[in-house]
Amino acid sequence: MEKAIIRTIMPGVDLIYVHTDKFKTGHLSVNFMLQLSKADAAKNALVMHVLRRGCKRLPDLKSISEELDRLYGATVDPLVRTIGEVQCIGLSANFADDRYLPGHEDILEKTVNLTAEILLDPATKGGLLRSDYVRSERDNLCDAIRSDMSDKRTYSFLRLKELMFAGEAYGTDRNGTLKSAEKIAQIALTKHYKNILSTAPVKMFYCGGADEERITQALLNAFSTLPRGEIDFSAGTDVRVECGEPRFFSEAMDVTQGKLTMGFRLGEVMYAPDYAAIAVFNAVFGGGVTSKLFMNVRERMSLCYYASSSTDRFKGVMFVMSGVEFDKYETARDEILAQLAACADGDISDGELSSAISFLVNSVRAMEDSVASLDAYYVSRSLDGLTYAPSEYAMLIGEITREDVVKVAKSVKLDSVYFLRGTDKEGE
Amino acid sequence: MTFRDYPELGECIYSGVLENGLAVYVMPKKDYVKTFAAFATRYGGSDCRFKLGDKFIETPAGIAHFLEHKMFDMPDGKDAMTSLSALGASPNAFTGPDTTCYIFSCTDKLDESLRILLDFVMTPYFTDASVAKEQGIIGQEIRMCEDNPSHVVFENLLKAMYSEHPVRISVPGTVESIAEITPKTLYDCHKVFYNPSNMVLAVAGRVDPEAVFKAAREVVSAEAGQVPVRDTGFSESPLAASSRISRQMDVSIPSYLIGFKLKPDPAGGDALFRQNLLAELAMDYLAGPSSKLYSRLYEQGVINDSFGCGVGDEAGALYAYISAEGENCDEVADEIIREASTLSRTSGEHEYFERLKKSGIGGTLRALNSPEACCMLMINSHFFGYDAMTELDVINSFRVEDVLAFLKENLVPEKMTLSVVEPIKKVNS
Repeated sequence: MEKAIIRTIMPGVDLIYVHTDKFKTGHLSVNFMLQLSKADAAKNALVMHVLRRGCKRLPDLKSISEELDRLYGATVDPLVRTIGEVQCIGLSANFADDRYLPGHEDILEKTVNLTAEILLDPATKGGLLRSDYVRSERDNLCDAIRSDMSDKRTYSFLRLKELMFAGEAYGTDRNGTLKSAEKIAQIALTKHYKNILSTAPVKMFYCGGADEERITQALLNAFSTLPRGEIDFSAGTDVRVECGEPRFFSEAMDVTQGKLTMGFRLGEVMYAPDYAAIAVFNAVFGGGVTSKLFMNVRERMSLCYYASSSTDRFKGVMFVMSGVEFDKYETARDEILAQLAACADGDISDGELSSAISFLVNSVRAMEDSVASLDAYYVSRSLDGLTYAPSEYAMLIGEITREDVVKVAKSVKLDSVYFLRGTDKEGE
Repeated sequence: MTFRDYPELGECIYSGVLENGLAVYVMPKKDYVKTFAAFATRYGGSDCRFKLGDKFIETPAGIAHFLEHKMFDMPDGKDAMTSLSALGASPNAFTGPDTTCYIFSCTDKLDESLRILLDFVMTPYFTDASVAKEQGIIGQEIRMCEDNPSHVVFENLLKAMYSEHPVRISVPGTVESIAEITPKTLYDCHKVFYNPSNMVLAVAGRVDPEAVFKAAREVVSAEAGQVPVRDTGFSESPLAASSRISRQMDVSIPSYLIGFKLKPDPAGGDALFRQNLLAELAMDYLAGPSSKLYSRLYEQGVINDSFGCGVGDEAGALYAYISAEGENCDEVADEIIREASTLSRTSGEHEYFERLKKSGIGGTLRALNSPEACCMLMINSHFFGYDAMTELDVINSFRVEDVLAFLKENLVPEKMTLSVVEPIKKVNS
């Protein structure tokens, strides 16, 4: 696969372009990069859903759906994600490559135009985003937040984040909080939207068979009316290296299995982070089926069905999640910490290290076969100015040594533990 | 080995059946870095009762899934999961109502990984100790499912819609049922269902078809067995066994499924594939994102973008469904039935119908981007006797009258089951 080309095509607008003929559909995402904050997260999430309800030319859901049908089942969907403490909102479009359409009909320009119309030319009333759309999407956003709370694995993860990062933006979920979502009003949202358009840096990502000239021209034409004021490039992530004594939280709900979630800070390695080393450490400790957590907490001790770790290199944190019997909470927690201590002591076999590296190299290289993975990879890398391709990142991973892994493990500190247990029915 | 080209989709498939009955399918994909391989047996959670020798035997619920977990243990003490991972492959396995599938993806050392996959799936090795250990792990998996509202709402739908059909049986079983499993039952089930005549190997991505056939021939030495006889002695009414099932859980918002029981075409194969596609198109015509009903209910705030429709086809149980989250499941069910009845009395909107057919192209192409999806297409095509790559041609052959007749016959209250998971109603104490 060809290497990504990154060019600034308008003030504050970068296009990340990856050419390939191997997919049958083209993919475009348009991302506005904003500072994640408790105050604005829900507004940011909401605005994309309101825009998707209708634009001037296609003022309701039905007419947008009809247009997408005419574009041979193209999709244009709201996109709300976080990368560290940057909230990234926009639209993501996927559309058939001309080569596979009857008469090789050109739909790239039409899909790009539709994406731009939805973002820039919304259905309005009296200059404001339509109040009925704002109200109904606000209700839907509240439902989506509630829905995340219904899945207990997700819920316990969100609760841990909320508690562990109480004073940090990171504690806010991508959709914001229910409390802030409920309060959003039409006028404030319209103002907020206009401000985003003129001040947010934009990252566009395209992957597909069109040449660079064609997609660039299509985007420049479609986005010619994007207002560009003074661009605010300040969005970023606050990394905290220190943490105090571990904090322990526990809550009760009507569940049949306990959900254990643990939050760690990666510590001083974040002063000069070696991302490949952090990734290999995570794979050795809890990233896959050869990891210490899988082999010990699940296979050897039979304590759980899942126990795995994940890291966020932007924030410099790691999470461990597991589902265990209520009375095995302490056993599982202590075993997880014992496995971390083993990593820090260098108790890592050649097999564990090489399996972890192979597992990671394989999954990083495989990203080149999925547009969604490529999108996530390049858009997040563009935030810290790293442009290497997945295949190059895979080579860096291949060079990581046991010492590199131990260095990361030694630096990791437990910050908070959250345990969701069952309700004690007899005690009521 | 035969070769079939699908030029309009830009794909081709190499396939063949080995002497021992094992079917092999390969879809090479140009410029892909990754290879995805799946080795599947037509054996799932619904196959608890089957013929061994000349008599039917009963096995505990959850045994196919249990067997899937235990297949990774090898007689030399090695674990196939670890061996594959050590080569850089990402292995996994899953069990459905009618299939068990062992999979891996890799970007290197395909031949070695493929040989491990073929070998471990064909090598049963169970001990009392390893079975006991797995009871603990699967027990936790069952608990995890019990806490997952989308799992509960789905299992409940099938339990309420069917009265006899074995699709009612929970795939992982229960803590009690898996306690009955012994090494002996596992060996018996392996012998019956993991014989090459009941299995298929599918590979897609960066791959040389010759090498796949060679590995399959060399590693799978088992002789052809008989295709197992499953228990089909149950009688199932064409009507829904019960119309509503609800469960209270500690959730923040209700989630629900509205199912309509369909009568699968007894001819199976192409006819059943056609029936599936017609059902999908009809549901889309009725309640898809560009339908009148969808936009009206969305604008009224009755539904949100969690709303979707589709068709389920598992172990010979066929049903159309609506799935959504929200407070108004009974109202939505009424609206669906009323709209289907109204539509079926019209002569159909031809322009809308043709546009819907056109819109299927994007989704079909998108699915083919994924080697995982390509393997599943080939496996299902083989097990159930049709050619998934002809999907667009079949869809093109439908007329709007077909869709209207489908709605009239099937979207009726007697065939409907509503399954809902609701928040716990707090009582004041």
